[in-house]
Amino acid sequence: MSEKPIRVLVAKPGLDGHDRGAKVIARALRDAGMEVIYTGLRQTPEQIAAAAIQEDVDVVAMSILSGAHNHLFPKVVKLLKDQNADDILIIGGGVIPEDDIPGLKEAGIAEIFTPGTSTTEVIEYIENSVKKSS
Amino acid sequence: MELAERLLKGDKRACARLISLVENEDKEAVDILKKLYKHTGNAHIIGITGPPGGGKSTLTDKLAKMLRKEGKKIGIIAVDPTSPFTGGSILGDRVRMSDLTTDPGVFIRSMGTRGHLGGLSKGTQSAIKVLDIYGADYIFVETVGVGQSEVDIVKTADTVVMVMVPGLGDDIQAIKAGVMEIGDIFVVNKSDLEGADRTALEIEMMLDFKKHNGWRPPVIKASATEKTGIDNIIEKIKNHKNHMVKTGQFHIRREENIKLEILNLVKEKLMTMIAKKSNDSNEIDSLYKDVLEKRLDPYTARDKIIDLVKK
Ligand code: B12
Ligand SMILES: Nc1nc2c(ncn2[C@@H]2O[C@H](COP(=O)(O)OP(=O)(O)OP(=O)(O)O)[C@@H](O)[C@H]2O)c(=O)[nH]1
Ligand SMILES: [Mg+2]
Repeated sequence: MSEKPIRVLVAKPGLDGHDRGAKVIARALRDAGMEVIYTGLRQTPEQIAAAAIQEDVDVVAMSILSGAHNHLFPKVVKLLKDQNADDILIIGGGVIPEDDIPGLKEAGIAEIFTPGTSTTEVIEYIENSVKKSS
Repeated sequence: MELAERLLKGDKRACARLISLVENEDKEAVDILKKLYKHTGNAHIIGITGPPGGGKSTLTDKLAKMLRKEGKKIGIIAVDPTSPFTGGSILGDRVRMSDLTTDPGVFIRSMGTRGHLGGLSKGTQSAIKVLDIYGADYIFVETVGVGQSEVDIVKTADTVVMVMVPGLGDDIQAIKAGVMEIGDIFVVNKSDLEGADRTALEIEMMLDFKKHNGWRPPVIKASATEKTGIDNIIEKIKNHKNHMVKTGQFHIRREENIKLEILNLVKEKLMTMIAKKSNDSNEIDSLYKDVLEKRLDPYTARDKIIDLVKK
């Protein structure tokens, strides 16, 4: 009856104003039965980490199309680690060159989804990863 | 018991985790709340309600900021609807409170209604207790947009702020039955827009028709985005509590709310017991059939179910 829904923070770090992708992902996750906390645009890594902790989310999902991913994504990972919240799954998406992906994964981003990704793929990835860890 | 100690020390992570656990009806979390219940009761609980898009979140952001200047610790619970079809939700109230996110004296939590009707979620009352124990001086509870049946908030809050907007006109007429009863303070938000004076006047006129128990709800014009009227709202929120305490109504209201809460808990527990009974044997299910086929009436069936659960 009261099966616990997966909670996901969908955040847009930095000054990037492209929010269509983030909104598409937010809606898809909601339709898959998840509780999506949407933070809106222009969030600092500090704001994203603080919101993730207060909301006690299972997943932080960030979207960047501006090119600032190499700087912003790892910063969020580090802030969460500093607060002993490294059990939270962190994923990212947007316009991200293939060459940058290995480095981001190295830095602690679990998976990166680039333009053309189907939302089903994202949903399956989250469902499988969260189930594994809990 | 580690979580409990961390919560008493004001640890945000512990607070967040406990809210999740009580929301998911975890038994261990309920045990923690039982132990710490005596630490509740210090916070002033303020309900923020009103039609969708009226500016509840933006206003809460501004009210919280002003109270932060006095050094008060703030908890905010923002409830948004859960889709009855998918069980999912998009909780978007935080968008209006971004600046508060990193303030160490503020804790914001978004909750989905998860099938509960009435403007709050089933876990809201427990989450309020957690924030109270955590040490919040003020707890704001933003409900989902108000309608006819959504009056949960009066049974939960000490002070209810009803957020209206200019030009509601006929809508006020339509929702007034439920709404006029529950507001302790009326705010006409978006007063930077046309028609605020008229809306304020209409609300005043409707309030004139009502009997008041020593507190006539004030009507305040404000603009959350222009930051006008905020200090006035804070003042009235404090006045309301002072008035309630002085006249003894604060105590009476809390007692009434506690009574309702306990009766609700009993009702929930009974329903779970019935569900369990009906899982374990088909005695109860066969009663339904008996009523359907007129071998039994619903009233006798009720008495039989109660007897079964008592056993
Ligand atoms: C639409 C668009 C705009 C719109 C944005 C409207 C809006 N509100 O979103 C407007 C016109 C405003 C705009 C403006 C600009 N844009 Co523009 N824009 C685009 C465009 C054409 C499409 C983006 C889009 O909406 N796609 C549809 C959505 C659904 O797809 P998506 O975001 O990629 O998301 C999918 C996946 O990436 C993934 N995903 C995305 N995020 C996430 C997150 C998670 C957690 C997961 C799991 C998955 C995921 O899932 C989604 C579904 O498949 C792209 C080019 C392109 N083809 O990508 C350029 C593009 C992003 N823009 C670009 C630029 C440069 C700009 C401007 C700076 C232009 C200018 N000089 O003014 C401005 C900056 C605006 C700002 N404030 O940031 C560049 C960015 C270059 C870069 N990264 O180096 C691009 C790549 C165009 C280009 N090739 O040069 N833009
Ligand atoms: N002009 C004007 N716009 C305002 C004011 N306050 C809020 N808004 C805008 O009204 C819209 C809704 O504001 P929210 O604070 O999200 O309203 P809400 O009542 O919390 O909305 P829900 O939670 O979705 O029911 C936003 O675009 C705000 O910027 C105000 O005082 N004046
Ligand atoms: Mg809101």
